[in-house]
Amino acid sequence: MKLKLTTLALSALMAAGPAMADLVFPSLSYRTGPYAAGGIPFADGYADYFTLLNERDGGIGGVMTNLIECETGYNTEKGVECYESTKGEGALVYQPLSTGITYQLIPKVTADGIPMHTMGYGRTSAANGEVFSNVFNYPANYWNGASGVVNYLLELNDGDIKGKKLALVYHNSAYGKEPIRTLEELAEKHGFELSLLPVDHPGQEQKSQWLQIRRERPDYVTMWGWGVMNQVAIQEAANIRFPMENFIGVWWSGAEHDVMSAGDAANGYKALTFHNVGRDFPVFHHIQKYVVDTGKAAGAGDQIGTVLYNRGMYAAMLAAEAVKTAQAIHGTADIDASMMRDGMEALEMNEAKMTDLGMPNFGPTFNVSCENHGGPGLVGVTQWDAGSQTWSMISDFKATDGDVIGALVSEDSGAYATENKITPNCG
Amino acid sequence: MFYREAGDFKTSYEQDNQTFPIKFDRYRYYVVLAIAFLVVPFVINDYWANAILLPFLIYAIASIGLNILVGYAGQVSLGTGGFMAVGAYACYKLMTAMPEVSMFIHVLIAGGITAGVCVIFGLPSLRIKGFYLAVATLAAQFFLVWLFNRVPWFYNYSASGQISAPERDVFGILITGPNAPAWATYMFSLIFLTFCALVARNLTRGTIGRSWMAIRDMDIAAEIIGVNPLKAKLTAFAVSGFFIGISGALFFSVYLGAVEVGEAFGISKSFLVLFMVIIGGLGSIFGSFAGAAFLVLLPVVLKVVGVDVLGWPTDIVAHFQLVIVGALIIVFLIMEPHGLAQLWRVAKEKLRLWPFPH
Repeated sequence: MKLKLTTLALSALMAAGPAMADLVFPSLSYRTGPYAAGGIPFADGYADYFTLLNERDGGIGGVMTNLIECETGYNTEKGVECYESTKGEGALVYQPLSTGITYQLIPKVTADGIPMHTMGYGRTSAANGEVFSNVFNYPANYWNGASGVVNYLLELNDGDIKGKKLALVYHNSAYGKEPIRTLEELAEKHGFELSLLPVDHPGQEQKSQWLQIRRERPDYVTMWGWGVMNQVAIQEAANIRFPMENFIGVWWSGAEHDVMSAGDAANGYKALTFHNVGRDFPVFHHIQKYVVDTGKAAGAGDQIGTVLYNRGMYAAMLAAEAVKTAQAIHGTADIDASMMRDGMEALEMNEAKMTDLGMPNFGPTFNVSCENHGGPGLVGVTQWDAGSQTWSMISDFKATDGDVIGALVSEDSGAYATENKITPNCG
Repeated sequence: MFYREAGDFKTSYEQDNQTFPIKFDRYRYYVVLAIAFLVVPFVINDYWANAILLPFLIYAIASIGLNILVGYAGQVSLGTGGFMAVGAYACYKLMTAMPEVSMFIHVLIAGGITAGVCVIFGLPSLRIKGFYLAVATLAAQFFLVWLFNRVPWFYNYSASGQISAPERDVFGILITGPNAPAWATYMFSLIFLTFCALVARNLTRGTIGRSWMAIRDMDIAAEIIGVNPLKAKLTAFAVSGFFIGISGALFFSVYLGAVEVGEAFGISKSFLVLFMVIIGGLGSIFGSFAGAAFLVLLPVVLKVVGVDVLGWPTDIVAHFQLVIVGALIIVFLIMEPHGLAQLWRVAKEKLRLWPFPH
């Protein structure tokens, strides 16, 4: 009842005030700096999908979308500036595409009542919605990724990887350190040996790490890299003739520009994913027709169908679907940030919905709930074919080790809750 | 017309020795203080606090600190980022270990710890100078960042290696955390800046400051006239470290709230503060303010003009920022090597005679 009253009051306020015509989506992008190679296609995909909705459908539920882009350069100080300058514009959801900025914004968005979606990055334990009320990281997080790597290796070795050696090459930052805890637990559970090789920002210097890999001869190498670090790592792996099919990157280390520079030597390199790859989806015809051909594309239009463009588009699609859900729940087309939060929490993604949107089997099907902001954590594996220059799925979206991850999530989020005096609440 | 000394009589030594001997200058200073303390807190909002004023205040403290070392004592330092990290991590450990103690005390102790660390890394300055000292302080920068990344005790064993500031208050008013009001964070930083600027100004006018400048201008001559180089150099490192530590603590706890050492306190931070000091003016407190304001405000102004007014793509504007800031640094170094402070001094000289320059 109280919620309805607030909604009534709010909508009355909106009707009285000047026309709040737009659904505002800030895009904290980075098209400059050492991580721009990954930031540009993601930002393009994110922007193009909203342009498509405006051009083809006249917005979402009849309300036009408005994308405000703000350049962060992957820099936390600029990220704060961007957040403060856009939050007054009626921002519905933040997607900073940076784990550093995410950590900064988690307390801020919670205080300001704006939801944040960190798809496949950010603070993993935000999957516990009882503690992190305004932070969502569906459909998969880093710990699903870590478990996904191990599960894939188990699959390759008929369920037994005892005594095998796995090396983790990681970006020496909050982002790269995320999977360590999970991998350590899994190493204990499955009896493999884990060695850790940190690489400092920005990651151009990796000679000593790969020398160590050459000396220790691990059976498999996995990588948590981003930006220029990926290209360098793949080149170094090629230089020491490490078998590429035993080298598996997380989803942030598996885009076209990461493998292109190593040429044929990168053939067979694998990377995780939580959404589909390629451009054989009807939605891309629409984007070509309504966005690129009319000259409204965010970038040069040459990124369409690349891994990170698809990911940006997928992020935008999930946001748009959450808006639709929120509009249905609250019975108004002109939603605000708190309604958006309700929409995200009630989001349901199923095959029928994705087919309707022109993206059949583009991502896993899942439901978000108050307790679980992290989705099901289904992880697939893709492989690079240097000959045809394409990524293809070689393992479908599969479940990850929920027991290990669930325990770690409740431990870490519990620590956060006591530190910040939050009472877990899903009323 | 302005800055007239005629009729401004001094009848005691105190009056003659005051910081701003010219009446107009003094009143202008009082007006600035009054606006900063009595007007701004009532009109400030989140955007102004977090995007413009807090970074300006905090970087001003850091550049005062570095200016003492580089501008007054002539000891080149590239370790500012590392020393700010010491302040931030000291503050974090204190905040989490003793939650009931006031933030004022935590920040001051963090400054003190940084002063100690800075003295240790200042020891090589007794034997080496110039470029070689710059390299030695560069080692401090890399060592400290590596240390805070490597030893989990410093970040309380958190999974990600990040430190994030819990909510802490001063006299019941929240200063850190997301719910802290904009005016409170602003006032907290402003009080520290005012304190630091006053201390720095008076130190540099007194015996210690004169011994620093003597060492800077010619160390052998200074030694001959009786300046103790050990004392002068190490006090410069200690005082400088104290200010830089305070700025690092505020940077982490009040401004950002969560930092990652490699990203927030990397080598680029050292250079940024050094640029502030060089552009502002070596050996000038006012220059530290001017340099900090220049490098904090310029990117924001360029962004507002480029993106919001002209509607250019964000990446073009970001690239233009680099070009313009770089070009301005070169222009400044050629046209006015003494920085913005010198421009201000020249303007004051001219205003003194205006409108009858002959």
